[in-house]
Amino acid sequence: MIVPFSHVLFLGGILFLMGIFCSVTRRNLFMIVLGVEIMLNAAAIVFVGAALRWYDLEGQAFVLFVLAVAATEVSVGLAMIVYAYRRTGSVDPSTFDLLK
Amino acid sequence: MTFFTFIFFLLAIIIVVSTGLAITRRNLVHAIIYLVFSFLGSAMLFYLLGAPLLAAFEVIIYAGAIMVLFLFIVMSVKVDSSEEKMFPFSQLAPTALFGFIYIIIGVVVVVKAPGSYAILETAVATPKDLGHYTLASHWLSVEIVSLLLLIALIGVLCLGQNKKGKTEDKT
Repeated sequence: MIVPFSHVLFLGGILFLMGIFCSVTRRNLFMIVLGVEIMLNAAAIVFVGAALRWYDLEGQAFVLFVLAVAATEVSVGLAMIVYAYRRTGSVDPSTFDLLK
Repeated sequence: MTFFTFIFFLLAIIIVVSTGLAITRRNLVHAIIYLVFSFLGSAMLFYLLGAPLLAAFEVIIYAGAIMVLFLFIVMSVKVDSSEEKMFPFSQLAPTALFGFIYIIIGVVVVVKAPGSYAILETAVATPKDLGHYTLASHWLSVEIVSLLLLIALIGVLCLGQNKKGKTEDKT
């Protein structure tokens, strides 16, 4: 016996809220991408817990794709941060106001 | 309280505390190092929940590749996060209110849902099983993900090429 399934859900929920907090409140492009990473990790934890809950490998297979999407997202996100830094010399999102 | 329960709570506390430290640091390098601890804890949690292959991938891809990429970019970009300030309270208060309501609803849904108190028993999906399953019933998804990675590679190459450097090469 490990724990009830709800404990895994609570852990994933807390981590997801932390990721949202990090993405929304920090005024720094790196911390925004980092928050998205935390959210994807929280979703992966819940998927693995659900795979154990129903003895089904579907959840674990999905986590593989979550990992691939996280790697894609972080590479494109960091490339865009570097591109924006070259143009404006800052990683503060409020300096990107060309469309205003 | 069995041994595995104790391990689960220990890992959960480590993950939540290190993530909480990570998202509140002003220094980006410190935040990333704390997040590496969080992801290593997640990897051990995956192992505890019966996914040894995913635990290895978590260490290799998340704690290894992604976080090292973050560190590399953060160290090559000059970041002055000292004057970074949080939102004023008048903006934060409605967000906190709605977030709190969502937390309450989420807790109630999880507590009241049928089957959420099902006890997780220890079981292991061997890497061989997971690999067979993934490639047997999700082969199309694997191909799509490989295409996604290729597109990301091309996009990053287009974004990252230095236009100024190119013109200098021509002249």
